[in-house]
Amino acid sequence: MSRSYLRTGAIAAAVLALGATAACSGSSSGGSTGGATTKSAAYNAALDGIVNASDKKGGTLNYVASGDFDSLDPARTYYAYSWNYQRIYQRTLLMFKATPGNDGAQVTGDLAKGLGTFSSDGLTVTYELRDGITFQDGTPITSADIKYALERSFAEDVINGGPGATYLKPVLVGGESYKGPYKDKAGLASIDASDPKKIVFHLSKKFSDFNYLMALPISTPVPQAADQGKNGGANYQFHVVSSGPYKVETYQPGKLLTLVRNTAWKQSSDPNRKALPDKIVLTEGLDPADMDQRMLAGSADLEVEGTGVQPTAVATILRDPSTKKNSDNPSTGFTRYISIQEKVPPLDNVNCRQAVQYAADKVALQGARGGPIAGGDIAGQMLPPTLPAYKKFTQYDSGSDNTGDLQKAKDALKACGKPNGFSTKIATTNKGKGPKVAIALQAALKRVGINAQVVQVDASTYYSGFIGVPSNVHKQGLGLAVAGWGPDFPTEYGFFESIVDGRAIKQAGGNSNYSEFNNPKVNDLIDQALATTDVSKRNDLWGQVDHLVMEGADYLPFVADKALDYRNPRLTNVYISKAFGMYDYVNIGVGS
Amino acid sequence: MTAPLDVEPSALDADPDAAISAESAKAVEGRSLRQIAWMRLKRDKVALGGGVVIVLLILTAVFAPVLVSLLGTPPDVPHGNLIDQTFQIPKGSFGGISTKHILGVDPTFGRDLFARIVYGARISLLTAFLATFVTVLIGTVLGITAGYFGGWVDGLISRVMDILLAFPLLLFAIGIGAVIVVTDRPILGLTGTSLSVAALIFIIGFFQWPYIGRIVRGQTLTLREKEFVDAARSLGASNRHIIFKQLLPNLMAPILVYSTLIIPTNILFEAALSFLGVGVRPPTPSWGQMLSDAVSTYQIDPTYMVVPGVALFLTVMSFNLLGDGLRDALDPRAGR
Repeated sequence: MSRSYLRTGAIAAAVLALGATAACSGSSSGGSTGGATTKSAAYNAALDGIVNASDKKGGTLNYVASGDFDSLDPARTYYAYSWNYQRIYQRTLLMFKATPGNDGAQVTGDLAKGLGTFSSDGLTVTYELRDGITFQDGTPITSADIKYALERSFAEDVINGGPGATYLKPVLVGGESYKGPYKDKAGLASIDASDPKKIVFHLSKKFSDFNYLMALPISTPVPQAADQGKNGGANYQFHVVSSGPYKVETYQPGKLLTLVRNTAWKQSSDPNRKALPDKIVLTEGLDPADMDQRMLAGSADLEVEGTGVQPTAVATILRDPSTKKNSDNPSTGFTRYISIQEKVPPLDNVNCRQAVQYAADKVALQGARGGPIAGGDIAGQMLPPTLPAYKKFTQYDSGSDNTGDLQKAKDALKACGKPNGFSTKIATTNKGKGPKVAIALQAALKRVGINAQVVQVDASTYYSGFIGVPSNVHKQGLGLAVAGWGPDFPTEYGFFESIVDGRAIKQAGGNSNYSEFNNPKVNDLIDQALATTDVSKRNDLWGQVDHLVMEGADYLPFVADKALDYRNPRLTNVYISKAFGMYDYVNIGVGS
Repeated sequence: MTAPLDVEPSALDADPDAAISAESAKAVEGRSLRQIAWMRLKRDKVALGGGVVIVLLILTAVFAPVLVSLLGTPPDVPHGNLIDQTFQIPKGSFGGISTKHILGVDPTFGRDLFARIVYGARISLLTAFLATFVTVLIGTVLGITAGYFGGWVDGLISRVMDILLAFPLLLFAIGIGAVIVVTDRPILGLTGTSLSVAALIFIIGFFQWPYIGRIVRGQTLTLREKEFVDAARSLGASNRHIIFKQLLPNLMAPILVYSTLIIPTNILFEAALSFLGVGVRPPTPSWGQMLSDAVSTYQIDPTYMVVPGVALFLTVMSFNLLGDGLRDALDPRAGR
């Protein structure tokens, strides 16, 4: 599950151990067919079409980034852009389709020939592997390499930071007690790799999203021989073995990552990747404003973190038609919201929570996020528009101009027994846009007599140690908290599980359901949806979850995140991946 | 005390007789050091100008609520309608300057910039003055003690000064500030803005006292050997009398000059800490914080950077000019 503040560029690695950031899904709001329509450069052209489609090989791609990856180890990385970037040089069992539009959120076979086949009881999943798949030294990839890679995720004492253990433990038979291959040489019996061309999973419960798990970097094959000694385990991230068309040439963390062609990779084994450039250079550790300048000057091709350009560049790009046509404004799949804690009086009363919902000035909150382009669209519900079950609605009307319905807020306050308002606190990180959001909320609530004090906490401990610990939230009376959330993989389960399933509340810390929302009906619906394979029925169930969550008034969503991205006009095959909400790095090439 | 010799030399040179008759018309009257200094200061128009600006600034800070009610809107009230939604900068030219918002509004929120500057002056001046007071108080007390008593007392205090002077002040300030600014607990009963202001005063004030302490100690060392101190001592005066009645009045000039010169330094220091995000917490306005905020948009909304920048510049320059003038007036022998 994702904590969106990591997308602000100020990346706090400390949160990762708890499963911090993640993939998110991008979208074009229009009903694109997902066909590979070729387009010439225009504003938002890459949302549902391929800009400058080409098969021309050669050249050097110059990517830039402000920070470093959390890890190059496929089992340990949790940044959304890192997952996207790994697709260039690593292969996974399945992958998100390398196509624009809605199809980009679908999974397809990568190392596997196709999606898994479920047994009739839904508890056994089988994948068949392609022919000709090899590591960078030419050794064939077998199912044992994938089994071993997945098992590594269970060794949380060595392989920490990634999502593997969180997702796989409850799903695989015997997963809860398995400690990983370093301690348990026998391996996990529920992953069957007895046939080198076939991998079979035995599930402990029905899990309709299993294919999506296999598209995460955790299923990148790892040769057991390379994961030994001083170059293995926690240090494997500096000695990763490539399975895709490129391999790591040099990696200087925080400075430089260069990829060169992996000669052992065969195009015939990989229908998804074009592998156009000869070399891919990623320069890290740059100042965000400097990156914008480089991109506009054409000396850098893309910013890979997908956080969008800075305010100055937004103005520069949009005001000039010749640069505007090289930019896109995708949805990133994150919902920005205020968590209203139902265990903190007087917000334990639903009417008081509703008063906050009505009093909020969504235009000001949107402004604090950066406005409609750099921030996103005003949201009325938690589910992001990038997910299939999304049906737009607004539970709490903020008035005709979205600046808040003060009359309804006052009525709600009366019903709550606090006609003159009350006092509470707004918790936020001290970095990025958090403080601005808190200030905008504070000013809006003041209009109906709700006096909120802003409490700023260092970004590295905010989620893990501050609002993620329920007892701390109660003790300090943190009635309101600024937060953001996006799905790890583009399904409703990937979005909702950690934040609204009352059974997933972690009292000891690392909790993501800050408001401690716990509605048995919602918990039931989640179970039903997971066991439902019919898509429209499942979407209907998730839609009900979305409504019930909003009725509880624990969540005040205000923006469905967007970012303004800039692409160098010389690039070919540029499109936004709907699974990631940023450009798809798999097939980008260099034109003239 | 001897009368000064160089008063109005031009008048004396031009017409000695007239001067003599004028002198004899009045009873011969000695002038106090204070009168002489004031007379010299009055002739220094630049310093006076600085002084006038400072007085205006102090009045502005004191009467901030009144001024803002006349010329703007309260500093925390957002005006979303004045903001261009796409770019999140004020509509109109020059940062949205209008008759209602004479210095425009800030980006994102559309809060009145005039009000924020005026309230920011409160934070700036309050912090700078109180920090200076803390510095001067500690510096003077310890400086006189060290200089007057000498011996092991002097040794101890001087070594403490050496240690503090070797301290990396900025790093320390950022360290403490970073902790204070994100803490959620009350410290000594203070929370929020009052806590950060108190912390700033402590950081800025406490660690700078050795500078003035050394000056005072040096002066005291010279003064305590002077005849008038010997005379007082031989007449049986107590240490207390000698320190407060004999030494302190003679130390006032350097202390005053030094104070006026560290106030602008402290204003800049406060701005620097707020710029780095370890000063006062938003939404409390502060000049440094505004400058830091303006960095991301200065190319598209330069007004937001120019306004607090000019305010800071004028304030610091005024204090420096006044301080220089005071030094010239109080101690004409010192070279610049």
